[in-house]
Formats: sequence, structure tokens, C-alpha cells
Amino acid sequence: MGDYEFHWLIVFQAFPQMLNGAFVTLHVAVFSMFSGIVFGVLLAIGKTSNLKIPKSIASSWVEVARNTPALFQIYMAYFGLGAFGIHLSPYMAVLCALTFVNSGYLTETFRGGLQTIPRTQYVASWSLGMTKFQAYRYIILPQMFRRVYYPMTNQFIWSILMSSLGILVGMGELSGETQRLQSLSYRTLEFFIIAAAMYYVMTKFVLYSADIMSRRLFKGEI
Amino acid sequence: MIQIQGVHKSFGALKILKGIDLEVNKGEVVSIIGGSGSGKSTLLYCINGIEDIQKGRVLVDGVDVHDKSTNLNKLRQEIGMVFQQWNSFPHLTVLENVSLAPRVVLGKNKKEAQELAKHHLQHVGLGDKFDVFPTQMSGGQQQRLAIARTLAMNPNYMLLDEITSALDPELVGEVLDTLRLLRDEGMTMICVTHEMAFAKEVSDQIAFVEEGIIEEIGEAKQVIENPSNEKTKRFLSKVL
Repeated sequence: MGDYEFHWLIVFQAFPQMLNGAFVTLHVAVFSMFSGIVFGVLLAIGKTSNLKIPKSIASSWVEVARNTPALFQIYMAYFGLGAFGIHLSPYMAVLCALTFVNSGYLTETFRGGLQTIPRTQYVASWSLGMTKFQAYRYIILPQMFRRVYYPMTNQFIWSILMSSLGILVGMGELSGETQRLQSLSYRTLEFFIIAAAMYYVMTKFVLYSADIMSRRLFKGEI
Repeated sequence: MIQIQGVHKSFGALKILKGIDLEVNKGEVVSIIGGSGSGKSTLLYCINGIEDIQKGRVLVDGVDVHDKSTNLNKLRQEIGMVFQQWNSFPHLTVLENVSLAPRVVLGKNKKEAQELAKHHLQHVGLGDKFDVFPTQMSGGQQQRLAIARTLAMNPNYMLLDEITSALDPELVGEVLDTLRLLRDEGMTMICVTHEMAFAKEVSDQIAFVEEGIIEEIGEAKQVIENPSNEKTKRFLSKVL
């Protein structure tokens, strides 16, 4: 060890490009999280329902998403679909794969949240003439989101970090950009130290904003 | 008018209701009394179609509640329900609890719905609680909130499911006062209750239910003071 010499200047010169990469990382994390929530809610409702088909679709989705590596999902979306003539860009492949995994995990989180809401809340909503959809929209889901808010921010952190797998299909997110930039100068250690620090700042920023948002969103006691 | 005709209800092999017949006219107050597990509450849930039935039928203003073509959401707008555990919506303020259904179900705009909610909250004595969350209130206040929430839908009927059973004794009075008010205004009500004195005071008719059957039904005072059925006598001697 001992005689490694750090060269930081080259990293700072490439910093704007790394920021671009970080932006792509946040971008894909936000979108995969957003669509993951939408699918997750639908699947969780399907899974808690008594309807056979939605229930089995939701169960198989969760089984595959939770029990196979995210890396494989990305390969399936990029190379696998490619074999069937569906060519996704690296960005789209990673977005689809992360959405798939996110919704799988979130389904279970949401299902747990839904189970903590007593049936009497549904009955009270229906007795006021609300449709099933209205009961979910105004009464059940708002309460569920409060209960699963912090597990949900975990999933968001996971999405930011796992998007680094995009490096393997040539996606220009933070890790991919860092990999490309370091290959020009071989200052590998310096580049990845800075990239790691950037991931850290991003996740801290997300956790901090989530905390601020929760105080604005959730006023009632629960 | 609510007509219950030969209603049978079971959960799996467990028979809860074994042929219930009951008619409730407009403006009438009918109380249903009986021991725990006798099927009183289940009967209420069959009236607004929260529970399905296996045999018989329930007609509300001539509409068959359990017919597949009946729009239950529409029907339930006419039938308010108040619960033992009040079931207020904990994530909404008191005002939102009451104004939500008029807004999303009846399609009133926000301002109209809020005016309506304020009116009904004042009516039940919660005029100073608009922006409070339900969990910050006492059980009695939450139960009055639940009554206001139901009234804001302007129902023709009210189903009351043991609404004072979960309250501390000193809070029961305020809820019963609210019901007296409703009765004086001519609201049609079916109350499942353990408050015998109250049932005698406000009801036109009282029905005694045991093991899924109405054993005795009659004018309120007569059922409580001078029951003719042996089972009613035995039940009343235990609770009075």
C-alpha cells in the first residue's frame, strides 16, 4: 500500500460530467419509484382481494421480483427482450427492471399496511354511499401511506443505489459515467471515492426531504 | 318503509339469523334488544347490504337490497349507519370527516359541503371542534361526530349499532340526548341497544331477539314492563 499517490485535480475537472450522471441516477430512481408505487398499490389491492386472477397475478409478480437478483431483471429487460426483437434503450431497460422490482417489494409493504387498517374503516366508508374506489381513494390508501411511509423511503434509497447496476448495460448514470471517466485516466480510486460520496449525499438528501415532507403531509394523529 | 321478510343469514355453517320478519314505518323508532351473539347487529348489516343474506329479502322503500341489480352505493345514501366503535376517519379533521361524503358521493362543491358539515356539527354540539382530529376527542364526542357525518348525507333512515356500548358511562348521556333530538325531528331509526331505559323512552316498538329469531315484538313500554314471552322475561330479569 503506502506509496499510492492521490490525484484529485482530474476528478474535479470531470465533476460536471459526474453531476450529469448523478442527475440520470436520480431521474431513473424517481421514475422507477413512482411507477413502482402505482403498480404496488394495484398489486397489493389485488393480493388482499378475494378475486382469484388478480390475486395470482400479484403473487407471481411478487415471487419473481423478490426472489431473483435485480441484475438479472436488468439483463432480461435489455438482452432478454432484445432477443424477441424488443429493443429498449439502456435507460428504459433499467427503468423497467427497477419498476418491476420496486413494485414487487412495495406490494408486500403495502399489503402489510393495508392489513393494519380495520375492516370497520371500509364499512364506515361504504355505509356513507362511497364506492369501493372512493373508499380506497379517500379513506384506506391515505391511511396506508402514512403507515408505510418510512419503509417506502427505504425502497427509494434502494432504487438510487441499485440503479448503479445500469453500468452493466452501458447506461450513463453516476456509476456508468464514473466508470467511463476513470478509464480515461485510470484514477479509479479517486473517481469512485467521489462517486460514493455523491451517492451518500443523494440518499441523505432524499431521507431529509422525506422527513420534511412527512411533517407537511401527515397532520392528523394515527 | 323498511320491510324485512323471512331473512336467513349464516356465516358458513354458523346460522345467525333464522327467519326474521320486521317492518319499520317512516318516522318510527324501533329498538332491537337481546343478548350478545343473538344476531342483532348482523341484522342491521343486512339492511344496508354490507352483509349478504341466504334467504328472504329486505326492502327499503320497495327496493330489494340484495337484488344484484340494486345500486347499493345509491341505496346507502338513504340509510345512515352509526357504529359501536364510532369508526371516525383518523386522518381527517372533524370538518373533513363530515364534509367528505357530501363532496365525493353527493357531488357538492367544497364550500357547500363544508357549510353543510358545520351545520350538522353544530347540531350535535361540536361547533368548536372543526379543525381538531378525531383522536384528540373523547369517545362521546367521536360518536356525536359519527352521527353528524351520517346526518350530512341527509338519510331517510338511521341504523344505530350499539352506539353507546363502548362509551364511558358519563359520556352515554350526551349521545342519547343527540338521539332524542333526532327522534323529535321524526328520523326513522333502528337501534340495536343495551340501554333498556332509553329504548323504552324513545322507541315506538321494541323487538327482543334470541338465537336469530324475534321472540317478542310490541309496543316499547309493554315489552319492557310487561313482557309476554318467557325468554324476554328471563333476559330482562338479567339486565334490568
